[in-house]
Amino acid sequence: MATVTPPPASAPTRDRIDTADPPASDAKKRFLSDAAAHVRDLGHRLFVRKALGGYYVNRDAYKARYRDWEHARDAASLAKWSAVNRLHELLPQFVANFEAGGGQVHWARDAAEAREIILRLVREAEAKAIVKSKCMTSEEIHLNAALEAEGFGVVESDLGEFIQQLRGEPPYHFVFPCMHVRRDEISELFKQHLGSEPTDSPEELTMIARRYMRQLYVNADVGITGANFLVAETGQVSITENEGNARLTAALPRVHIAISGIEKVVANLDDLAVLLPMLATAGAGQPMTCYNTLYSGPRREGEADGPEAMHLVLLDNSRTALLADPEQRDALHCIRCGACLNVCPIFKNVGGFTYGTTYQGPIGSVITPHLRGLTDWNHLSGASSLCGACTDACPVRIDIHHHLLHNRRNAARTAPSRLEKLGHKVFVQVARRPGLFATGGWLFRHTLGLVKRIKPPLMKQWLDTRDLPSAPSQSFRAAWKSRGR
Amino acid sequence: MPAPATEADRNAAARETILARVREALQSSAPLPHLKTDLAGEMLGQPVATDSQPAGSSLPLLTVLPETAARPWLPDGGDTVDERLAILTENLKKLRAEVQRVTDLPAAAAVVADLVRERGWQRVAWHQHPLVDSLVADGVTAAGCDGYAVDEPGFDKRQLEACDAGITACEAVVSQTGSILVSSATGGGRGLSILPPVHIVVAPVEAVVATVGDALHLVAQRYAGRLPSLLSFITGPSRTGDIERILVLGAHGPKELIVLLVG
Repeated sequence: MATVTPPPASAPTRDRIDTADPPASDAKKRFLSDAAAHVRDLGHRLFVRKALGGYYVNRDAYKARYRDWEHARDAASLAKWSAVNRLHELLPQFVANFEAGGGQVHWARDAAEAREIILRLVREAEAKAIVKSKCMTSEEIHLNAALEAEGFGVVESDLGEFIQQLRGEPPYHFVFPCMHVRRDEISELFKQHLGSEPTDSPEELTMIARRYMRQLYVNADVGITGANFLVAETGQVSITENEGNARLTAALPRVHIAISGIEKVVANLDDLAVLLPMLATAGAGQPMTCYNTLYSGPRREGEADGPEAMHLVLLDNSRTALLADPEQRDALHCIRCGACLNVCPIFKNVGGFTYGTTYQGPIGSVITPHLRGLTDWNHLSGASSLCGACTDACPVRIDIHHHLLHNRRNAARTAPSRLEKLGHKVFVQVARRPGLFATGGWLFRHTLGLVKRIKPPLMKQWLDTRDLPSAPSQSFRAAWKSRGR
Repeated sequence: MPAPATEADRNAAARETILARVREALQSSAPLPHLKTDLAGEMLGQPVATDSQPAGSSLPLLTVLPETAARPWLPDGGDTVDERLAILTENLKKLRAEVQRVTDLPAAAAVVADLVRERGWQRVAWHQHPLVDSLVADGVTAAGCDGYAVDEPGFDKRQLEACDAGITACEAVVSQTGSILVSSATGGGRGLSILPPVHIVVAPVEAVVATVGDALHLVAQRYAGRLPSLLSFITGPSRTGDIERILVLGAHGPKELIVLLVG
C-alpha cells in the first residue's frame, strides 16, 4: 500500500496560476494552431476515444430502461423552457424561499463582483483552509487564482479536478476534467506532490487521493461548491456528484459557499424528478448520479452537524445577454451534462483544451460568443461539422447545431467579410451570363490540378488537410446534352 | 473591509440590476423547443397574461407538471410492492450495493452483528432513531463493538471519521433508480451517511416508493414548510471514473452501501 505524507498546511503548489483569461483577440489563432497540433496527435485521439467507449455502452443501456426517452426529453425540455422563460418570477421566488430557510444570497453582476464577494466571505470566516468541490462557475470566474493571490489555500476535492489542480491545468472536459491524462502520469504526479509510491492501479490512485483529502475535509473552515439546480418552490440548492466530495464539503466546514448561474432555477421538485435521472443517464450513463443533494440552508436547530452559515452567490456574467436573444435563449436550458461533448466529432479530434473556453464542446461553442464576445469567438461557430450529433444527444433539446449556424449568420451581419462579399458579387455576375459561366467552368476544370499543386495562399489552409477529387473531363451541361445518345 | 451597510447596498443594487435585465430580456418571447412527441399539447395550457407577465409576451404555463407527464416514459419503478422490491434489488446489485431483506428488526440486528464480527469492527457510528437504536443495542454492542452516537451538535468529526461504519435510517427508498433518500432530520445529520467507509441503511419495506418524484413528494408532505437542511439521494457506494473512465468505488464517501429492508 502506498504511503502518503501528511497534507501541507496550505494548498499544494501548482505549476502555473491562471490569473485571467488569455487575450481574446488571439483566440482564433490559438484555436487553429492547437487544433492542428491535437489532430495530428493520434495517440491522444485514440486515448480519448477509448475512455469514452464505456460511456456509450452504459448510456445506451440506461437509456433503454426509459419507457420512451424521446417523451422524457420533451418533458425535460419543457420544464427548462418554462423555467427559463419565467425567470423573472422564479428567481425572486427561489431567493425568498432560500432566505426563509436561513441561507444568504449574494448577487453578482459579473465575474469580478463574484470574486470580491467570495473573498470577503472567506476573510470574514477567517478561513485557514478551504476545500472546494467541482464547480464550473468558479472556473468561469477564475476563483482559485483570486483566492491564491490573496493567500488563501484552496484544494479541489473532486478527484479529476484535484489532478488538474496539481497539473496546473483547467478542466479538459467540464464533466470529466482529466479524461486526457494517463494513469502513469497521475501516478508520477501523486509521487511528486504527495510522496506516494508509484502504482498503475486506478483504484490505488483513487485511494491515495482519498486518504490525502479526508484530513483536509476535517480541517477546512470553508467549503465551496457549485449548484446544479435551484428549486424555486422550496428554496433548495441541488448539487449532483458521484464521489461524495461535495457532500463532505458541505457537511464538515463551518461555512458553506455555493456558486450558481441565475439560469439554474427550476420551478419545483417535479421538474427535478425528471431532470435528475436524465442528467445522470445522458451525461455519464448512470441511472442517477451517486449523490443528488438538496440543501435548504445551514444546520437547523436540532440537527447534529452542518455549517453555521450557507451563502449562495448568484451570478449573471452575461447570462442575461443570452436570455435577451429569444432565438438562442434555449442555450440557457443547459444542465451541463456534457453529453454533447462526448458525441462531438470535433471535440474528439481537437480535444478539450483547444477550445480555450470554460465550457468546451458544442454547447461551449454556442454560449461562449454570447458570454465573451462574438467578434473574438465566432471561430467556434465553425468548429462543427453540423452533423447534429450534439442536438440529438441533448437531454433538454437545445438546438445546438442550429445555434452554431445562427452565430455564423450573426457574425456575418455584424462584421461581414469583404472578401466573401466580393466573391459572392463576382459569382452573381458570372452565374447570370451562361457564356461566362461556361468559360469559368472550363477555366476551373483546367486549372484545378495546378491549384492543388501550388496551394495559393488563400486556399492553402483548406487544401492542406483535404484531398480534392480530380476535375471532370466535361461540364455538367455537356454531360446532360450528351446523355440521350 | 466595507461597512455592512455598504455591502447591503451593493447587494441590493446588484439584485435590482440583474432582475431588471431579466425582465427586459423576457420582453420578447422565445419559441417552443422543437419537440418530437405530442407532449406539449398535453402539458401546456392556453397563453395567459398575468400581472407579473412582462408586457408583449404571452407564455403558456405548464398545466401538467413535467413529472406527471414524463412518469409513463421514465424508467419503471413498479406498481405493486413486490414489483418495486424486485426492481430495487436488481438496481442496487447493478450499482454494486448490498441489499438484504429481513423479516424483523432482530433479524436485521443479527446481520449487523455478523458484519461486526466478520470485519472485526471496533467502532460503529449511529444516531438515535427507533430503527437504528435496536440494531446498535443487539447488533453492535452485543457483538462487543463500541457505538459512537452523533446526535449532539459538536460531536467530534475526527472520531466519526475513524469509525469503521455508520448506521442510519432513511426517509424513503426509490426502486426506479435504486436510490436511498436520507435527510439531516432522520439520517443523523450530514456527516454520518458520508464519512465512515461503510454505510448501513435500515428501512422498512413500506419506505420503498416507485419513483424519485414519489420520494420527493413524500418528504415535501412530511416536512411541509420546514424541510430538513439536507435531503440526499444516495445511489450506490461513492464512485469515480476520473482515471481513464474506469469505475472505482469509494472515491470520498463510503466504499460499501448495505441496505437492510425490514418486513
